[in-house]
Amino acid sequence: MNKNLPKWVDLGLIPLLTLFLAFAVSGLVVMSIGQNPIEVVRVMIQGAFNPFGIGHTLYFTTNFIFTGLAVAVAFHARLFNIGGEGQAGIAGVGVTLIMLSVDWPHWTVALVAGTVAAMAFGAAWAAIPAYLQAKRGSHIVITTIMFNLIATAVVGYLLVGPLQAEGSLPESPKFPDGAALPTLHDILGVVGIEFDRFAPVNISFFLALIAALLVWILIWKTRLGYEMRAFGHSERAAVYAGISPMKITMVAMLISGALSGMMAVNTVQGEAERLVLGAVEGAGFIGIAVALMGRSHPVGVLLAAFLFGILTQGGAELQFTLGIPAQMITVIQALIIMFTGSLENMVRIPLEKIFLNTGKRGQA
Amino acid sequence: MMDFLTNDLLQLSDSAIRFATPLLLACLAGLYSERAGIFDIGLEGKMLVAAFAAGAFSALAGMSVDDGGWNMGGAAVWVGLLAAIIASIIMAMIHAFASITLRGNQLISGVAINFFAAGITVLIGQYWFKMGGQTPQLHEGQRFEPIILPFAKSLQDVPVLGPVYHDLISGHNIIVYLSFVIVALTWLILYRTRFGLRMRAVGENPGAVDTAGISVVKLRYSALIITGILCGLAGAYLSLGTAAAGFGKDMTSGRGFIALAALIFAKWKPIPAMWATLLFGMLEAVGSKYQTLDLGFMVLPGQFMQALPYILTVVILAGFVGKAIPPKAGGEPYVKER
Repeated sequence: MNKNLPKWVDLGLIPLLTLFLAFAVSGLVVMSIGQNPIEVVRVMIQGAFNPFGIGHTLYFTTNFIFTGLAVAVAFHARLFNIGGEGQAGIAGVGVTLIMLSVDWPHWTVALVAGTVAAMAFGAAWAAIPAYLQAKRGSHIVITTIMFNLIATAVVGYLLVGPLQAEGSLPESPKFPDGAALPTLHDILGVVGIEFDRFAPVNISFFLALIAALLVWILIWKTRLGYEMRAFGHSERAAVYAGISPMKITMVAMLISGALSGMMAVNTVQGEAERLVLGAVEGAGFIGIAVALMGRSHPVGVLLAAFLFGILTQGGAELQFTLGIPAQMITVIQALIIMFTGSLENMVRIPLEKIFLNTGKRGQA
Repeated sequence: MMDFLTNDLLQLSDSAIRFATPLLLACLAGLYSERAGIFDIGLEGKMLVAAFAAGAFSALAGMSVDDGGWNMGGAAVWVGLLAAIIASIIMAMIHAFASITLRGNQLISGVAINFFAAGITVLIGQYWFKMGGQTPQLHEGQRFEPIILPFAKSLQDVPVLGPVYHDLISGHNIIVYLSFVIVALTWLILYRTRFGLRMRAVGENPGAVDTAGISVVKLRYSALIITGILCGLAGAYLSLGTAAAGFGKDMTSGRGFIALAALIFAKWKPIPAMWATLLFGMLEAVGSKYQTLDLGFMVLPGQFMQALPYILTVVILAGFVGKAIPPKAGGEPYVKER
């Protein structure tokens, strides 16, 4: 990213320092509402890692891996996909439609069908903003924001209209039993390891790990990934090298939308087994924080997604044990986005000064 | 038909103005920021923080000393307004520091501010008032009351104009009237003052402004202070000037984004911003009055009205109906050449 800084500073030290700052300010917020930060950290870690909590932590992590990868892929082509929320929401509709259309004989078939539907619907919802950016020059950030809000209205309409189950709740009918995905309890049970029977984490977690591997291959080992990165570095140079902006914008956004969409396999098919209102729960936005912290690298995304999984589950425990509203986590997330994203230069500029000076001295 | 015109249309227009006011203020707030070359997708967050500050401080100022308040009577509402403006300016300055001084990513900063606002308002609200993130119900003196304009009552019986004056123009609170004054002021500032000219220039070509010896940084900070003030007013209106009479969790519910949509719709111009927000206000009014809209040949669900501002914005952005071209330097941090 930056030639002035050694790689370990750029990829290791800066994210850690910015994270530290974000946590330090979070600590101040905790103190300002009359709580003890050390106690808060203890409760959160305990809540995220106890035998009951870990299954939830990994479940949330799965969501954030998908949405984080989605933002990261778009970032490589210098596209800011802020529409993960809407793409995942519409993907949920896709999963629901396909799950309710057939009486699924076996989960393997249902998993493939669900994944394909989620990817297709997520990609489709990203396609229009991508096309408008590439062809008509509309700013992708604004259009994806608008598409998030339109998606909310669409899902809201479907759940009190055509897709609503009998009864007054705004939710779809339950999927057939054959569509149910194996949970981590089922999977680990095969090899004789005990795991919480009620934990929502399911086979999608492994799907997320595979997705991370595939994204790594795509970005660093394929021609397309190279073109995306070239386009992200300099659009003019990329065009000069014969790379089509239209193609890269479309492909990057379609992949990004498909990845966001895959989150629905975890939440809609894996956990709720029906479509409910607000199924995405902000995971699309958290993907931004995850990609920023993870430096848009799949390994970084995995680590950051796990951190946010811990925060989300730990935050639920905070409410339970200490009565601190779950919004505490929203604040921490905001501070992480702020410090690792927009305020990053606060750390980077001084570090560049230090390393540039020592570098010069070294040469002299 | 006559009945529809006199009653329903008048009532709809009246609520359209009420719905449009916070949109208009937030839209003008965004106008200052974006005209100066700073993208602002954090309007929502600033409004939310302001709405909370207004609700919380107006409640505290109006409460009796025994209940832990300051017993300030009728001044409470102004304390709330001031708190809203200060809170919103603080948020705007965080955005300014990140975008101007540190030359960080303006979009990411906006996202962070929205998140921060959604969290911190509930967190502090719960800590102070223990009402699940809400602030206490506001009473007289703690909120803005409708103003009955002169002769509204006596002219009520004049055909057409009487009801229009009485029901539509009269009877809003001070922020409503203020917001329309600010439209005119903004037009004047933007097109008839040196500051306005420079601000527009800094959003199009900061290099040229810098060459002329004018500080880009100072101009952009000033613009963002105005953005803060206007978002403060917008937020204060929500908790002090509507039937809500207090702050509720996530009470902006996307209005910051509708304002952003209106800004694009209005092509970053003040007078069209007023029409755009009135249009979106009308859509909201129709959407809240009718659950579904029967057009005779088809029935539109309420959610369609909810989504219409966003759909219209996408269409406008795509340039199918008149192209919306944003200020040229928007989103790009300015690096002084050395």
